[in-house]
Formats: sequence, C-alpha cells, structure tokens
Amino acid sequence: MTRDRRLTKTLIKTLILNLVILIFSFSNSLYAQNGQALFSQNCASCHAVHKDLTGPALAGVEERWGDKDRLYAWIRNNQAVLKSGDKYANELYLKWNKTPMNLFPNLKDEEIASILTYIKSVPDPKAGGNAAGAAGATAGQQDGGDNTLLYGILTLILAVVALILLQVNSNLKKLSDEKEHIPSLEPVPFWRNKAYIAMFTILLFCIGGYLTVKGAIGLGRSQGYQPEQPIYYSHKVHAGTNQISCLYCHGGAQESKHANIPSLNVCMNCHMAINEYNGKEKIYKEDGTEVNGTAEIQKLYKYAGYDPAVSKVWDPNKAKPVEWVRIHNLPDHVYFNHSQHVKAGKVACQTCHGEIQKMDEVHQFSDLSMGWCINCHRTTQVQFKENGFYSIYQKFHEDLQNGKIDKEKGITVEKIGGTECQKCHY
Amino acid sequence: MEQQKYWQSFGELNKLNANQSAAKDEFQEDLPFEMDDKGLLDVKTPRRDFLKYMGFSTAAAAIAASCEMPVKKAIPFVNKPEDVIPGVANYYATTFVQDGEAVSAIAKVRDGRPIKIEGNELSPITRGGTSSRMQASVLDLYDTSRLPYPMANGKEVSTFDAFDKMLAGDVAGIGAAPVVLLTCSVTSPTTRQVIGQFLTKFPGSRHVQYDAVSYSGMLLANEASYGRRAIPSYNFAAAKVIVSLGADFLGSWINPVEFNKQYSIGRKIDEKNPTMSKHIHFEGMMSMTGANADERYSHRPSETGSIALALYAALGGAVTAPALNTNLQNAVRKTAGLLTGNRGAAVVVCGSNDPNIQTIVNGINASIGANGSVIDWSSTYNTHQGIDAEFTTLVNDMNNGAIGALFIHQANPVYNYFDSKRFADGLKKVKLTVSFNAKMDETTELCKYVIPDHHYLESWGDAEIKMGQFSLIQPTIYPLFKTRQWQDTLLRLSGATTDYLTLLKQYWGGRLGGDAGWDKALQDGVITPGSSQTSTRTVLTAPTSGAPDTTRSAGTVPPVFATTGAQGAGFNGSGIAQAANAIGSAKKGGKTELVLYQKVTMGTGQQANNPWLQECPDPITKATWDNYATISPALAKSMFGIDLTKNGDTDAYEVHPEKPVIKITANGKTLELPVIIVPGTNADTIAVALGYGRGTNAISDSNDESDDRINKARQNIGKAGGAVGKNAYPLVAFNGVTRDYILPAVDVDKAGHNYKVAQNQTHQTYEDRTEVVLETSLPQFRAKPKMFQERREELHKDFAPNTENFEKEATLYPLFPKPGIKWGMSIDMNSCTGCHACVVACTVENNVAVVGKHEVTRAHDMHWLRIDRYFSGNLDNPSVVFQPMLCQHCDNAPCENVCPVAATNHSSEGINQMIYNRCIGTRYCGNNCPYKVRRFNWSDYMGADSFPDNQRGILTDASMMMNDDLTRMVLNPDVTVRSRGVIEKCSFCVQRLQDGKLKAKKESRPLKSGANGEYDVKTACQQACPTDAIVFGNVNDKQSTVYQHRADNQGRLFYSLEMIHTLPNVSYLAKVRNTDTPVQIGEVQETVGGHGEKEMEHQDGQEKK
Repeated sequence: MTRDRRLTKTLIKTLILNLVILIFSFSNSLYAQNGQALFSQNCASCHAVHKDLTGPALAGVEERWGDKDRLYAWIRNNQAVLKSGDKYANELYLKWNKTPMNLFPNLKDEEIASILTYIKSVPDPKAGGNAAGAAGATAGQQDGGDNTLLYGILTLILAVVALILLQVNSNLKKLSDEKEHIPSLEPVPFWRNKAYIAMFTILLFCIGGYLTVKGAIGLGRSQGYQPEQPIYYSHKVHAGTNQISCLYCHGGAQESKHANIPSLNVCMNCHMAINEYNGKEKIYKEDGTEVNGTAEIQKLYKYAGYDPAVSKVWDPNKAKPVEWVRIHNLPDHVYFNHSQHVKAGKVACQTCHGEIQKMDEVHQFSDLSMGWCINCHRTTQVQFKENGFYSIYQKFHEDLQNGKIDKEKGITVEKIGGTECQKCHY
Repeated sequence: MEQQKYWQSFGELNKLNANQSAAKDEFQEDLPFEMDDKGLLDVKTPRRDFLKYMGFSTAAAAIAASCEMPVKKAIPFVNKPEDVIPGVANYYATTFVQDGEAVSAIAKVRDGRPIKIEGNELSPITRGGTSSRMQASVLDLYDTSRLPYPMANGKEVSTFDAFDKMLAGDVAGIGAAPVVLLTCSVTSPTTRQVIGQFLTKFPGSRHVQYDAVSYSGMLLANEASYGRRAIPSYNFAAAKVIVSLGADFLGSWINPVEFNKQYSIGRKIDEKNPTMSKHIHFEGMMSMTGANADERYSHRPSETGSIALALYAALGGAVTAPALNTNLQNAVRKTAGLLTGNRGAAVVVCGSNDPNIQTIVNGINASIGANGSVIDWSSTYNTHQGIDAEFTTLVNDMNNGAIGALFIHQANPVYNYFDSKRFADGLKKVKLTVSFNAKMDETTELCKYVIPDHHYLESWGDAEIKMGQFSLIQPTIYPLFKTRQWQDTLLRLSGATTDYLTLLKQYWGGRLGGDAGWDKALQDGVITPGSSQTSTRTVLTAPTSGAPDTTRSAGTVPPVFATTGAQGAGFNGSGIAQAANAIGSAKKGGKTELVLYQKVTMGTGQQANNPWLQECPDPITKATWDNYATISPALAKSMFGIDLTKNGDTDAYEVHPEKPVIKITANGKTLELPVIIVPGTNADTIAVALGYGRGTNAISDSNDESDDRINKARQNIGKAGGAVGKNAYPLVAFNGVTRDYILPAVDVDKAGHNYKVAQNQTHQTYEDRTEVVLETSLPQFRAKPKMFQERREELHKDFAPNTENFEKEATLYPLFPKPGIKWGMSIDMNSCTGCHACVVACTVENNVAVVGKHEVTRAHDMHWLRIDRYFSGNLDNPSVVFQPMLCQHCDNAPCENVCPVAATNHSSEGINQMIYNRCIGTRYCGNNCPYKVRRFNWSDYMGADSFPDNQRGILTDASMMMNDDLTRMVLNPDVTVRSRGVIEKCSFCVQRLQDGKLKAKKESRPLKSGANGEYDVKTACQQACPTDAIVFGNVNDKQSTVYQHRADNQGRLFYSLEMIHTLPNVSYLAKVRNTDTPVQIGEVQETVGGHGEKEMEHQDGQEKK
C-alpha cells in the first residue's frame, strides 16, 4: 500500500509539475505568438531581430536600454524622449542619420512586453538551429505528393494484363476447340479485330473529346503563369523569412478593388538601408541558377535613381517606375474587389494566391475561372454574426437559431446572393 | 367617364395604321440578310455558305485564342501620393462655370481622371441639383478639339515664356490706345481683382462684359425701378402663385438649377393636406417650363407687353389696358384675381429682354408684394451683368479704329452677336487681339494671339454666384494640354510678380482665417454666408453709365434661401408711364412671329461639341442633333398642307424623318430650317433654338455652307458640334437699347425641300396600353384622395378574388423571397419637370454609347433612361406630362422568361440583371418588354471589340468621337463597355449599389438608405435630379426614404401597367395639376375570364368606353 501511495504521490507531483510547465510554456508561447503578430504588424517594416534594417537590430534591446520605463516610453513616442534630452536616445538618433521612428501611442504595456518576449525568443541564425526547421519543411513537402502517376501505371499494367489474359483465353479456346475437332476460323489478328477497333475508336474519341473540351475551357486561363520580372523579387525572402505583412506593400487589398503593386517609395522605405542581400538561404530561379540578391537590390536602385554613394537621401524625382509583369488577369467583364474579400470577407491572401510566402518567383496559383469562384462562394461562410451589415437578414438569423439552417454549413456567400450574375458582371 | 387620352405622337392620337404597325415591332428593321422570293436556300448567302463561314470563323477564333496570352504590364506609382489609392475614387468640390453661369459641383476623380460631376449638397443655392449641361461638362475636358497649345498668328508657340515675350512686345507697341477686356459676366471676386490690376496698368482701358444671351432689359428696368442694376434672387418655394410671361425659368432663365429646386418644393404634395403652388404660364411657343404649368395660355409673342400691361391694369396699376382677345382677357382677369388673393406669396417673372416690359413687371411685383417675400434684393445675381449698350459702343469704337488691344475671354461675338460681320470687321481694325478661349472658335479664329484657358476642372478659382454666396474652384486633374489660366496672363501683363493661385490663397486666406479656413472652404467647395464678410464689387472701374451696385453694405449677411425672410427694395414707379407708352406704341406683330429660345440641353451653344448633349432629346420635341423651327398644327396645315387629323398626312410627316423645310427671313437675313409641329404653339408663332450651327458663320453673318467652311467648323468646333443645325443668332433683333429675342414680324416661305430630323418620339411605344401615366387635378384629388388607391385595390380584387394577394394569386410563377435588401425606386411625376439632367447623368455613369444622328433616325438610340412626354387634351393647347421611364426591374419580368440563354435574370435583391457576356443578341427580351426599355447594340459604338467592321459604315464621326483615346478617359472603369450584338438596359446603377454595400460591410453596419438623411447609395439619376423627383433605396428597410415615400403617398402611388402583373420595383406618384379643369380618369373595367382575357378586356374597355 505504502509503495502504492508513494507512487501515486510521485505521479501527482509529476503531473502537477508537468501541468505547470505546460501552462507556463503555453502561456509563454502565446505571448510570443502575439508578439510575433504585433512585431510583423508594427516593427517588421523597419526592424529585424538580428539584423540592422532601416532601424537597428532589436536583439538585446532591453539590455541596451536597461530601464524598462524609458524603453516603453521610447517605443510609444520616441520624439518625446528625444526632446526630453535623453542621452542614449539622442546618440541613437544621430547614429541612424536622424531617421525618425514611427509613433505607436496606442501600444499597451502587455503588447510591448509580448513584442519584447518575441524578440528574445527568436534564435540568432548565426548560431545555427535552423536545420531542424529546414528538415521539417522538406518532409512536409514530400507528404503532399501526388498519386496520379502511381494509379496511372497501375491502370496501364492491369490493362496490359487484361489484354494478355484475353489473348491467352482465346488461344486456349482455340486449342480446346482443336482438341475436340470443332473447326475454327482462321484467327483474326487483333489489329483487324472489329471489337478491338471499336474499343480503340471509342477510347480515342473519349480521350480526344476530353482533351478538346478541357483545352477549350482552358482558353484564356493561365494557371501556373510565372513570368520573369524586371527585378527578381522574392516573396519568400520578404513575406516568408522576414515576415513582412502582405498588407504593408499591398495595402490596397484592404481598401480598393486592386491590391496594388507597391510604389517605389514603399520599396525604398526599407531598401534605403538594406543595400545587400545576406540572407542565409540562397535564392534560385526556377531553372536552378542562383540569384545574387544584392545585384537585384542594385537593379531597384537603378530604377529608383538612388545611389547611396552619392547621397543617403532618396529623391523620387529621379526615379522611373518598374514595369512589373502582371500575373493575375481577369477578363474586362468581370468585377473583382480585393477589399470585399480581404476586409469584409476576412479571406486570407493565401486562399487564392497560394502559399505566397514560400514562393521565390510568384506564379498564378488558382486558375481564376468562374467555376473556381462559384465553388468557393458556395462553400465559404460570410461573417454573418460578426458583421453588422448582415443584421438585416432577420429570417436567416432566426433560422440559424432554431436550426432550420445547418449550423455547420452556416450562411454561405451563395445564400445571400453571392452566386448571382450581377455580383461580378456589370 | 371616358379616360383622357394621352399621346406621344400624332399617329397615336389618331390611331393611324402606319403608327400601329410601327408600334408592333420593337425593332423595326429587317435583319441585314439579302432576301428575295427565291427562298432561304437560294439567297445570296445560303445556308451552306453560312455554315462554311461559321466553321471557318470558329476555327480562326480558336487559333487566335490559343495563341499566347498578351503580356500585360502593371506599372505602379513612383511615389504614391498619400490620399490616392488606385481603384478608389476621390471627390473634390469645385464649381461648374460657363458663360457666367456657376453651379457648385463635386467632381468624382478616379485614378487621376475626373469621370463624373455631381451637385454640391452644401451649396445653399442649388443644394445638390445639377443640369444636363453640368452633367455633360466633364466630357468637355476631354474634347479632342480643344486647343493644345498657345498660338500666335496661327502657329504654335513652343513655350509660355516665348509667348509672353511676344505678347509683351506687341502690348508695348500699341502705345496709348485703349485696351479693352471683353469677357462674359465675371462672377469671380479674385478675377475682378486681377482685372482691376490689369486695368490700372493700362490707363484708359476698360472691361466690357458681354453675355451670349442678354439680360440687359431686366438690368436696366431694375435700375429704373429700384436704382440697382442687378437681378435679384427669386425664391419660387415661397410663391403660391407663379406667373411667367414667357420666362423659361426651369429650362434656361437666369439660374434654372436653383429654380427647379425651389419650384419642386411647392409642387410636393402632402396627402393629408394637399396643397401646391399654382403656375400660370403665358407664352407663344411651347417651352419646357410652359409644359409644366398648371394653366398655360398661348399668345402671339409680341403681345407679351400688352399682357403685362393688362395684368398691371387689372391689379390697379395706373395704366390703360390694351386690347386683347377674349381668351387672354379672361386669363388676365383670372390671373390678377389669384395674384391679389395671394399677396406676398406670388410672383410674376418675364423672359422678355425689353426694359419697358420688365419695368411693368416690376410694377406688378411691387403691387402684389413680391419684393421681400419671393424676390430678395439682399442677394443679387452676378451671373448676368452684360449691358448691350456697352458692347455696341465697343463695336463702334473698334470700327472707328479707337481700340488698341482687345483681350477676349469666354466671349464669342462672331458666333453669337447678331451683327457679327460688323464685329468681325471691327476686330480687323484692332491692332492687337488676344483670345483666351479654349477652342479655335469663330472669334478666336480672327485673333492674332491665342492662349487657351484651362477647362474648369483644371483650374483654380472662385465664383460669387449671388452676392455673398461663394463657391470655390479647384483643379481635379493636371492640365491635359499646354494651357494656362487666363488670370495668370493678365497678371503678367500687369507686371505682378505673384501668380493667380497665390493671389487666390492670399485673398481667401485673409478672409477665412488662414490655411485651415482655406482648406476647409476648399473641401466644402462653398463659403456660406456669414463665414465671410466681403464686398467684392468695388474693384470694378468700368465706366458704366449707371452707378455700380455697391449698395449692399459690407457686413450684412444675406440669408440662405427659404429660411429667413427675403429683403425687399424701394420701388420707384416713375418709369411706368413711359414704359407703358413705349409698349403701346411698339410695332404690332406681323403675320408670323419668331421666338428665339435656348434648349435646356444646349443653352447658348458653348457646349455644342458635346455628343451627350447633342444626343439628349429636347423635352418637348424629342428631337436630337439639330435645331429646327417649331410650328403650330395650324401653320403646318396652312403652309405645308399637313392635316394632322388625316391619316396619310400624319404618316408622311411623322413616320419618316424627312421634314419639310421652312425659309425664315428677318432683318434681311434668311434661315432655312426643318419644321417640327408642336401642339400648343401659338398659331402664328415659330420658335428656333439658339446655340446651333457652330463654326459656320466665322466671317459673314449668315450660315456659310460651303464644304470648306463645314470642314473647318468640324475641325475647329469639333466632330460632334461643328456645323450641326443652323445658327439663329444673326436673326436676333436690336431695339436700340437691348437685343430682343422676339421678332414680331418675319417672312416665311416654303423652301421646297426636305431635311431629316432625328426624333425619337415615335420610338418605343406602348401598343395602346394606356395606364402608363396617371394624372388628376388638385380639386379632384382633394375630393377623392383615395381615388387611385381604390383603383388599385379594385384591380387586385379582380385578379386575386380568393386571397386578394395580387402578387401571389395573379400569376402561375412562384414568389421568391428577398431576404436582405430589396431595391426600389419611386418617382414623383408631380416634381419631374423634364429637365433631362438624369438622362445625361445616366449616360455618364453607365458608359452609355453615343450613336449619332443617323442611328437615332433608325431608332437605335441607347439611352437607358428616357423621359416620355405625353400630350393630352386638344392640339391647340394640350397639357403635358413628363414621365421618366427606365427598366422597371419587374419581379415577374416578361423579359426574363423569354431569354434562351438566361442572360437576363432576377437577383435576390430584386434587380433585373442583364449579363452582357452571356447575351447572344436574340432581342426576344426587348420585344417582350412592355415598357420598351431594352436597348440593342446594333454596332460596336464604343469600340469595345477589335473588329473594325463592326463600326465601319455605320458610325458617323460624331459617335466615333467617343472612340478616341482622349475621350475614352471619361469612361467609368467600374462599368463594362458593351460590344456589338448585346442588349443593355438600366441596372439601377448596380456598381454604386455594390460599392455602397461594401462600404457598409467594411464598417460593419446595416446599409443606410435615407434614414436621417444618410445614404450609402444613390443612383446617378437620383443624385442628378434637381427636383428630388427620384427616390431610391432599400424597400425592406422601413426607415428608408423610398419606403416612406410610398407609405406616405398611398393615394397617388401607382405602378405603370400594373394589370399585366409585371410587379415592377419602380413606382410612380400620379401627377396632380392645380387647375379647375377636371382631368378625366377612366374607371377600372369589370373583368371576366382568364388573366389574358382580363388584360385584353381591360385595354379594350378603356378604348371603347
């Protein structure tokens, strides 16, 4: 018994300990995760954790400032701290060519704390430790493999086996017929056998028809389109590795029908300071040739008319616009509005554009066909309860309440008229 | 009781065969197959060929389409301005200015291009109202015939500096000879300051204001009566009785947008206590304003003075009433009774430019207490200041060689002065001539230097529309061409170092409290009275004979109209006797009289090269692309032998576009014009619209019709407006003091040939269905306020005897729920004045094509919204009803059932959707539409596809103008440009609805459609309407204006052709006429049998009864 009791005690102790550790680590990671979001929202456009961008690298920022209150004040309103004559702050300001930092008066204490926690939690890439992540990524990729080829080969083998068996069958029949002295006709070779010819014709017709129809439907569609751009711009480096929010550059997606390709001044916000690519990962073109990131930044400078050797200040009057090749094109008779989907519908960019943060060179992920749009509208739920606009659909609200409408399926876009012609064609 | 008959055309009136057969087919033309009697197989394009070609074209298209997709570029900004988001429109407050006229506006700017003009709701004058010309003005910005650079002696000058140098040299060369600045009326206080500086620099110089259509008579009469050479404000909203003596105040007189707004306030009816203003109209021609009158009397135009005198005498004025016919005598007596009965709430306005008549009218207004109630002398208009005598003096001086230099801005006397030859001769004797006009117009052609001014959408500026009421102008686009604001040129010549913008900012910054005040004012667009205290008229140094009207003391704040009492002025009646004598001894009318008027769509002709305006039909004649002589049915009979009661005559006149041509001779000048018969025109009166025939009379004062001249006109004025119609300005009379637009005696003769006029009154008829419009009179409505409601209830009972649920029981089809929004529109026919602002607004908003004159004659016009004009009553003086007709978005739509490809179908929000990319062009829908609102693209009017054959041979230069890269900048990027072979029609501005819904979704709140005066969506026609006749919104929202509008007006509510069970989403409110003559209203027919029979019975019954 005693032994048992001790065992139970130990068990409980361990459990509690584990629980505590779990809770701690969980809450910690929650913090860090929040911090990551806040960081990419507010800081990432100018700061990295271990690298100097427009602003200094943030690793060790708490140690550098020492006093927590001063640091918090600085983050919220750096101009006020500068004016107060803080020595460190002013030195910092001078060191960074008096580039003013944005003001964040609305950040709460907890939010700043979680950003700082996140900054601490990011391991220094120079110290290694990325290997695991990379390995994980490769494993993940293989998981999503395609079995079509396998099935195809299997079908082909089975078809050949069936054919052989048929031949064998007919040969055996012939042999047995001979044995029983039943006179048989001269065997027709299979290429003149009408049954085979008929079968082959039907097969050809089906395959040909399928390909024709598929080709006709696909006219004007360009899924997978991946043109070469005037500057090799890697979304993977920006949105993936450096975690820059999509909306930092494509802000139009929140407000306009167009997501908008960023203007040069948005590029130059960061690239006035970042003039070389020294990411750990090498970047490659589709054909496998390695890309010199620093050279690509130089291309940007050429467009921008910016030469850091001459002047640190960028003069937009000297710039000429980059002529990017447009990848996603819709016909003129289709109206599509980004803000409708991103802001009102809360659809993630990746739903239609694919895992853009993993693409070096962007390709068209979806086929952007009408069927594809309609299918999504049929299954996607609108923000029915969250968005006040839908409060006028009283009947649907009641039906949801009393179960007349399937709660799982919810109110889809289709349900509120989202598959009607004049939602997109006018 | 027999139903009053409503007719759009004479054929309809008389039930003529040709008209009925025309009405049978929506699309009156045969298919373009060459058919003969040999049968389908033997025709020139037999079936096999057809199949061959089809096979080939399919293959060709497949090959073409499978070729590589074109590479498209996306080029972002280099440095994006903070407030510009590509794809999102910005709105800037500015002011539409033209010929002195100024209306506060909002310009919608999409990706740097202004694409739509709206009214500014903050303006206390026009309160968001617009006119057709204002709506169309955005296209003038992209006019291909604007002058792209400054010119000297007909050659381009490469830089402004070079130009300034040349000009300065020439200015120095004129020595001490006087410099004259000739402009239209200047409303801008800062421009007056600039002009002041300019005049000080050149001693002996002067500023002459010249209006294309003169208001001198009124200005002089007011000077005599009130001691002020000005036009006071009118507030028709405060008038219970409005008497107009030929003043087209809803169409062209002084400030029609403002007057429409005010007028409609008096025409809105509260069902609980139905009252409305009474509008009595005396005129010779049938004008748009006259068509709106409750009581209209036609008379010889030369009798205007006599009627004014008779009216004054009847009101107790110390004048002797001249002889008038009995009808007019009765009318005058009745009118006088009404005026005395409504003292202090009545007004008489007069369109005459004779100071004597205007003096009598002043006498009338003084005696009925209009001053201080309807007429407000505290705030006078700046929009018309030209005095004819000053201009005459200038022309004389020019001919005497006494003028050293003439600077011309927005004045075009060679075109619109009656003695243009004398002006042109004088111009040759002026050493230095400089034009600031935007085009190589008739006057500019004769000038040495041209430095084109910006379009108003490219300019900075301000306008003092009325004294103390300001509106600002700000640029909405970077200047498209090498043009410069004319004020800058003046400033340079006066040696100023600042430019106009700095001056403008300083001027207003000082008055509005610095930059913040200036920014706020710019954002609002208007500076409301009270926020500034400025007296701006003191800088004028023009040596006018009378004292300038600086009587308004600085610091008095003029009232906003309709809120506070208007100010009167001391009336001085000493001129009355003399004026009465002058009228008495005036030349009596000859056999035929002529009235020169302005069309509501064309105005003075400044915007002649605007294809939208050219194609917009005249409210009364429904004619496009021309001016013409409107004549009475009596004159048509006596002169051309057209008897409108005879079948053959009417067919010959009406069904064919060829109209007989009349030759009008006056003052030794002749004009040949086609005739249009307008019922209600005085028997001996002819009316001709001004503003046409641009570019044809550059040197001589007659229309020069040589090929050279016409080509030059098309090149200088533009493809749409050059040499379109005839210039009637040379016929304007001059009575020694003022220019007169009434000619009491002209000679007329048959010209002996015909001319095609593109009229669309016979298009889209209703096949004798009569219950399209409903009308009653005020006494009848008071007696039976539920009359129309009971008719509807009876109808519902007939068709739904079991459940009385008309919607459900009267059809085989199921009813579909509208769970969220249900769009609906309600149109008050009592407010609609037929001004056509909505028609042009719809064209602009929805990229509706311009088809050109030839296509309009073939019934191919494309307007989504038309205003049907119905006559009723007798031919001599009929009543007129205007009804805006657009897609009714029927919930049980006949067009939807017949489409073989479901290209038109219904949305869950109640919209009848038209899907262009699905349409195969069978036109079944158009044939099946009872309202005739569907339009077919017979050609590739807008260049939407890449096959030039779809345009070749069909489109004229005028419609091709809309295919120019520059002109296409005006297209709304949110609306598909339709290609050949598809049907289109009103969409309820679905792009605006979607945008409004999205706005509400982004802000996570329900859609606002009128509650508390807040709107997320307004259709283009609703927004444009100056009389608020159109109400639109979500019918499911009980707070919405449209719901309230219908609920509050149950007594007048009706649906057009309700008995055919189309369940329209557009409702109308019946017209109420404030007259004692009852309007006959047919009763609802007892019905038997099935639905089809019922409907037939319904129709026939009304005819037989």
